[in-house]
Amino acid sequence: MLKYIIVGLLLVTSFLSSASSEVNVYSYRQPFLVKPLFDQFTKQTGIKVNVVFAKKGMAERLAREGKYSPADVLLTTDISRLVELREKDLVQAVNSAVLKEAIPAQYQANDNTWFALTTRVRNIYSAKRLGNIDFNYEDLADDKYRGLVCTRSGKHPYTVGLIASMISEHGEEYTLDWLKKFKQNLARKPQGNDRGQVQAIHQNLCDISLGNSYYFGKMLTDDKQKVWADEVYINFPNQNNRGSHVNISGVAMAKYAPNQANAKKLMEYLISKPAQALYAQTNMEYPVRKGVPVSDIVASWGQFKADDLPLEEIAKNRKAALILLDKAKFDL
Amino acid sequence: MIALYNQRKWTFLSYLIALVMMIPVLIMLVDGIDASTQLFGHLWQTVLPDYLQNTILLGVFVVLLSLIFGVVSAALISQTNLLFKQQLRWLLLLPLAMPAYLVAYLYTDLFDYAGPVQRNLRLWFDWQSPTEYWFFDLRTLSGAAVMLALVLYPYIYMLTRGAFEQQDQSLMRAARLLGLNAKQTFFNVALPLARPAIAVSASLVLMETLADFATVQYFSVNTLTTAIFDTWLGYGDMAAANALASVLMLLVLCVIVVEQRGRAGLRHQSSRPNMHKELIQLSFLQQIAASVFCWLLVILGFLLPFALLISMAVEYSNAEQLANLLETGINSIKVSVIAATVAVFIALILGFYQRLHGNKFSHLPQQISGFGYAIPGTVLAMAMLATFAPLDHWLNDIAEFFAWQQPGLIMSGTIFAMIFAFVVRFSAIANGTIASGIKQIPQSLDYAPATLGMGLIKTVTRVHLPILKPTILIAWLLVFVESMKELSAVLLLRPFNFETLSSQIYQLISDEMLEQGALGAILIVLFGLLPIILLNRKREH
Repeated sequence: MLKYIIVGLLLVTSFLSSASSEVNVYSYRQPFLVKPLFDQFTKQTGIKVNVVFAKKGMAERLAREGKYSPADVLLTTDISRLVELREKDLVQAVNSAVLKEAIPAQYQANDNTWFALTTRVRNIYSAKRLGNIDFNYEDLADDKYRGLVCTRSGKHPYTVGLIASMISEHGEEYTLDWLKKFKQNLARKPQGNDRGQVQAIHQNLCDISLGNSYYFGKMLTDDKQKVWADEVYINFPNQNNRGSHVNISGVAMAKYAPNQANAKKLMEYLISKPAQALYAQTNMEYPVRKGVPVSDIVASWGQFKADDLPLEEIAKNRKAALILLDKAKFDL
Repeated sequence: MIALYNQRKWTFLSYLIALVMMIPVLIMLVDGIDASTQLFGHLWQTVLPDYLQNTILLGVFVVLLSLIFGVVSAALISQTNLLFKQQLRWLLLLPLAMPAYLVAYLYTDLFDYAGPVQRNLRLWFDWQSPTEYWFFDLRTLSGAAVMLALVLYPYIYMLTRGAFEQQDQSLMRAARLLGLNAKQTFFNVALPLARPAIAVSASLVLMETLADFATVQYFSVNTLTTAIFDTWLGYGDMAAANALASVLMLLVLCVIVVEQRGRAGLRHQSSRPNMHKELIQLSFLQQIAASVFCWLLVILGFLLPFALLISMAVEYSNAEQLANLLETGINSIKVSVIAATVAVFIALILGFYQRLHGNKFSHLPQQISGFGYAIPGTVLAMAMLATFAPLDHWLNDIAEFFAWQQPGLIMSGTIFAMIFAFVVRFSAIANGTIASGIKQIPQSLDYAPATLGMGLIKTVTRVHLPILKPTILIAWLLVFVESMKELSAVLLLRPFNFETLSSQIYQLISDEMLEQGALGAILIVLFGLLPIILLNRKREH
């Protein structure tokens, strides 16, 4: 019996330690978004990219795996996750002149523990039937939109980020009140994803919704969803004051990355011009690298003013935002 | 029962298995002990009461609906002269093959404002906006309850029908002789006699409901599972999440205990189930109502969603998806085959321990190892990480100490943890099936080989196992199918570059793009049909 166990273990280990030139990625981002990038990277460098896609529990898994974790590179879809990983001491600083130079200072950590790859705006979509309106996030709580607003779950990281920025701007008391009134304005219980809200506007269920910028571009290029997107304007809120709330997708290196050199290469690749252009063209995001143009569709929405609140501030207020969401019973 | 054998090794092995299967649960309970009371206080003051209420309401609704669906259809099939009875008899089982999250998605697609049903209604009646008419909203607690009941009622139907069909007909005859008519006999004798089967199956349904996470999440119904997710992923508080999960598990354990207490001493075995049975004759109107009821269940629970899937597949499939399907399909089959084989093997060891080592406690290992069924997949996955990551560390530390090559995360970082989770979760099914199969083997077959001086291993392999073959196959298939459908554990424990059919479909569903995965969904359903067909054939013969 023991013999078999030993043989079995050896077999398993030989599987695990086969390829030498590879890099392991834990990704919060969806496969279809990052797969083309990885394929390009492998083609250029010959380094194989292994991926686990998971939206949930990545930090927990990483923490449990500890120093034996195979993960090299961590990809996330918002700033809070990156900061969470650093707080749990799961990432390491990366000293790379390439990254440092290519990324604007407000989009990378002072201690080099995380780097943004793209930015995305939390937009307000509004039905064309409402006409052109200058929106502020504060307006979502306005009585005149009673029963006209749709949104996804408040607990979704994108919404939590927005609420955290509201806390930074107005304090907790105001934000709680805002959340309660916002909830009263909802046409239906928070549900679905950002695109589903635009569909709901198309269906006359509501007039206003929250959604990330790139979804609009994606819907416009999708045969089935174009009809939904055609019904709405994409609005950049708070243009006359602090600017629109911006979140990032970003990257960090795992603390115990076994393939550090390859990990650094991958990170530097992701900020390279071709990779950033791919982000811009296929994902309709705003590349962080200067000089990489946004896609034509995104360019057609025009310039906008972004809230210059430091990203770490948003991450810091995340927990407070969650508590307020519970207090307002936003999702119930 | 006489204790025929008393092999130390077998006893040791049985308890060892039970212990190993309990470890994740124990770790979860221990981890939950140092939960932050502050966070608990906050949750309790804000959302937890609502979550609890939703959980209880959902459980009650699903069980009630499933009872109505399952018991009524079982009674109609076994007690009346319903038309097309032979066909309906197995058709009513088909919804079992449909994962609940799939049905939920398909029906939302169908009945949504933009779906074909409402679109056509608007066309016919010339309505312009949703304010002009009322239409039910599926994405509610009751909607989720209906969805779950539609695919879970077959558990109740299957076991209750079995109970009705095995009942001793002489009891019914006695009742008739004492002046009851056929209907009174059914309500006063047959139905009460079927109570144990109904209770067992209802508790199964309740456990499945409490463990569900994909359906309620899709319908944005906030339950205890939501709370577990929130505390763990949102607040990043694993201990509190474990504590909540323990509460959920205790709820389920209560159900199990109540159910077992409730039917203690209610064992009813028939010696002559095959005696000619007198059927209740339905009037014309009753015949119509009964037919509509049964056919609606079949259509809504299986035929309609399956047809929707096929039409999606026809419209959207392409070669790329097929290649993709092959890879994920093989992954799914691989892990499910291993999980099913291990679970059945364990069930056999424990089943024979109970049978042949008859003493007061010999049922314990079997019962303990079944607890995992009550643990939601996500919670179980968390427990797996908590169990195997430290073990992996320990192994690697040893390797480091002896300067061997370090094995890496051979347990928590491979499909091992995933398969272990499957086995823990679905052992109850294998145990139950094998145990009932063993019970049907006449006791004399235990004694005869012993008197002839045959050893324990030989008795089991030469006498019992051949008789059990069909049961083993069914147990294997049931675990196989459940593993194919299982989702949460896969999502959390996947190794690199590893997708299964269910994880892929779930991701597509959460992006509202099931069309791309329709083929994979059909494959899951088709595999799910296998044990149903086999179960049916076994009963026929």
